Amino acid sequence: MNSTSLEQWETVIGLEIHAQLATRSKIFSGSATAYGAPPNTQANLVDLGYPGVLPVLNGAAVRMAIKFGLAIDAEIAARSVFARKNYFYPDLPKGYQISQYELPIVARGALEIVLDDGTRKRIGITRAHLEEDAGKSLHEGLPGATGIDLNRAGTPLIEIVSEPDLRSAKEAVAYMKKVHTLVRYLEICDGNMQEGSFRCDANVSVRRRGTKQLGTRTETKNLNSFRFVEKAIQYEVARQIDVLESGGRVVQETRLYDPDRGETRPMRSKEEANDYRYFPDPDLLPVVLAREFIEEVRGSLPELPDRKAERFAAEYGLSVYDAGVLTASRELAGYYEEVARLTPGDPKLAANWVMGELAAALNRDGLDITASRLSAAQLAGLIARIRDATISGKLAKEVFEAMWTSRRDADAVIEEKGLKQITDSSAIERAIEEVMAKNPGQLADYRSGKDKLFGFFVGQVMKATQGKANPAQVNELLKKKLAG
Amino acid sequence: MSWHARTLTELATALRARELTSVELTRLLLKRIEAAQPKLNAFVSVTTEAALAAAAQADRTLAAGSAGPLVGLPIIHKDIFCTDGVRTTCGSRMLDNFVAPYDATVVAKLKAAGMVMLGKSNMDEFAMGSSNETSFYGPVRNPWDARLVPGGSSGGSAAAVAARLGPAATATDTGGSIRQPAALCGVTGLKPTYGRVSRYGMIAFASSLDQGGILATSAEDVALLLGAIAGFDPRDSTSVDRPVPDYAAALGRPVAGLKIGVLKEFFDTGLDPRNARCVRDALAVYERLGAAIREVSLPNIGLSVPAYYVVAPAECSSNLARFDGLRFGYRCKDPRDLTDLYCRSRGEGFGAEVKRRIMTGTYVLSAGYYDAYYLKAQKVRQLIANEFEHAFNEVDVIMGPTTPTPAFELGAKTSDPVTMYLNDIYTIGANLAGLPALSIPCGFVGELPVGLQIIGPHFAEERLLAAAHSYQRETDWHRRIPSGYE
Repeated sequence: MNSTSLEQWETVIGLEIHAQLATRSKIFSGSATAYGAPPNTQANLVDLGYPGVLPVLNGAAVRMAIKFGLAIDAEIAARSVFARKNYFYPDLPKGYQISQYELPIVARGALEIVLDDGTRKRIGITRAHLEEDAGKSLHEGLPGATGIDLNRAGTPLIEIVSEPDLRSAKEAVAYMKKVHTLVRYLEICDGNMQEGSFRCDANVSVRRRGTKQLGTRTETKNLNSFRFVEKAIQYEVARQIDVLESGGRVVQETRLYDPDRGETRPMRSKEEANDYRYFPDPDLLPVVLAREFIEEVRGSLPELPDRKAERFAAEYGLSVYDAGVLTASRELAGYYEEVARLTPGDPKLAANWVMGELAAALNRDGLDITASRLSAAQLAGLIARIRDATISGKLAKEVFEAMWTSRRDADAVIEEKGLKQITDSSAIERAIEEVMAKNPGQLADYRSGKDKLFGFFVGQVMKATQGKANPAQVNELLKKKLAG
Repeated sequence: MSWHARTLTELATALRARELTSVELTRLLLKRIEAAQPKLNAFVSVTTEAALAAAAQADRTLAAGSAGPLVGLPIIHKDIFCTDGVRTTCGSRMLDNFVAPYDATVVAKLKAAGMVMLGKSNMDEFAMGSSNETSFYGPVRNPWDARLVPGGSSGGSAAAVAARLGPAATATDTGGSIRQPAALCGVTGLKPTYGRVSRYGMIAFASSLDQGGILATSAEDVALLLGAIAGFDPRDSTSVDRPVPDYAAALGRPVAGLKIGVLKEFFDTGLDPRNARCVRDALAVYERLGAAIREVSLPNIGLSVPAYYVVAPAECSSNLARFDGLRFGYRCKDPRDLTDLYCRSRGEGFGAEVKRRIMTGTYVLSAGYYDAYYLKAQKVRQLIANEFEHAFNEVDVIMGPTTPTPAFELGAKTSDPVTMYLNDIYTIGANLAGLPALSIPCGFVGELPVGLQIIGPHFAEERLLAAAHSYQRETDWHRRIPSGYE
């Protein structure tokens, strides 16, 4: 496929994101939701779908769904209804999944994403509903058999369904990241994609530019990394354009992404022939929410990422980009604010250090900000030594590395290494005089007009002081002395 | 009078007075059960050893003098209630091997009250049936005439109480499964208001209609047990958080001044005139006691059977999906693959009537049919509920026949499901509207008992029981015992 054909087509994407809610117990039973327990040790009679048992709704899950709805400025339904989605599968003990269908708890919200060119785009969120997760099929170590682990069965999820507002794989990833940031800000989902706590299905179609009607879409299931989302959509878009350009038709179907081969493949057609026969679950009452309760939940919301970024830009004089980076997670934002608070008058310097050396070190060691080897106070302590000219900015990087390794405070490292900056004018003057005495030729050339040699003298003085001389003072004194 | 012919209330007094022990009573009834089983087939399981152990424990409690009102009294549980460590079959091959790992809330409450479980009663498979002929364990027979059905689905519980194999039994009612067998066997049966009794541990047929209740020989006994099983259960979201009144204390409420509505539509052409006469005679007794009788009409009650046979199968098709041969219950031999495992386990494990309802229910919920069937049936249901509510603005209770005819012969209606379904024509309305309703014996057609049905507004159990009790103080139909079981 050539690039001109790509330009003739428009991509239309909608995402269904599944976020596991961070409740301690399951959505309809008292079993624990912790990840990684031995198979079937966190499944009680309700999770196993035993005869006679009944579901009881976990109020914490409802509260979390409301938080999400409020954060995306959606309508919170005064009355929502659980429905049964009926199908047979070994990891679905009851033969139906309890979900919400016609009356979801959250509807008509939106999020903004920032495009490459810096413009903002509003992505509509059709709905977000509560449902229970299914169990897992296990194949490893069971030749010729399939094991069923029902620990995950009944784990609460919210399924977040976007409008088909996304126009590229990049936009889809930006949107998914935005939701990811948001659910973690709200502390309603741990966001762990490897463990499947946050995953999505991508509905993708293409249409000729200028046409209004949507093309036939495919749904690619269970994408559990940002990269897979991007790759799977890119593959799917290219595939669909190929099909259409060679005169074929896109089949509406469910597909799976194979990360090893980087392609999507149709799932068995049998599994799509499902008619889920949704109907309201007679075992559960409608969820009726009082206005006051919703307002109480609203009162418990933290400052949200967009608002926080706006505030950072305004309050700390940061660029929109920097504010965005520093608010990517609630923890990082908190860390930065602490550094900035301890660096009065220079929030920009604080931002540079957090986004520069600290981010690089975290990234290098594969650590999250919550596992940083240096506290905000320690980093602020280092910055303070730059500001009071105890050390130069360049030396500070060396000090930072030593602090990162030893977890010691800046002052202790500076003391130990003898890195304290020389600000004593007479000491600097002595060093200058020595350098001048050692380099009479260069001195003569300089004085005869070779201004460029000024840098040479600066370098020599810094070298003579092992880099500890205050650069500003060196400049000033050197000019005076060289002038003779 | 022999002990087995006494009411639960009388036996409670006797146990307290140490006129007999719980062990003696239990032994006596176990012997009767053993003797009657070949004739009636009322039990799926008889829990002899556990019963005697529980009775011995009860006797110790009674001897200590601190026993509650139900300690040492026998109870039979319909085999739809899960009983910890005891096989719970729901009348199905599917659960022939199923030993429940927990007690249903109803069972746990009666156990905690010190009652002695004698065994698990036979029933229509998964409570789907009106004649007890769909049980995997064979039909139950009517103690009044072994050629006849006892009604269903709680036929085992009703036959056992009628034959005085035990003074009382638990039962469930989705479309008449307590009241219809109560009528056909000549005992007293109450279906409480939906939500009054926990459904936890009661194997679901149609969740929005199912309600546990009691079969006994008198309204007084029903009142005693209802007080013990009713109440909010945090494990059943549809149970209602509302105080449980003292039902026994309410029995003395006078009938004088009670406004009784007689439902015009229930005295239609389908009603056997001999049954109609018994019901009219009963109404005359109430009139004599000072009740005011007037006719009421529920114009759409005739739609209750079709609405029910959409809603109930729809829910059952989903509720029974969990019986897939994987975690419990029947599993076919040597499945070739997963689909084969599902198809044959369910095909072999379920009986014909259950399969018929699963298919009906699957159909009415299918894409393209949902609105025409399920949604419409729900609207009809609401309409009927509204009509009842309207009627209860004018009258205190509604009375009428429980069934159109007395008990019929085994096999008489098995070939035509619709004829069988019409047996519940008078009882289904209360389920659709979630109303409490009871059936009491009100006369005989030949040797066969006839039931009077009393329906009340939500949570009017006290009113229903008081009305039934007043009638039972004036009549002795409820004291009649089938010949051979005296």
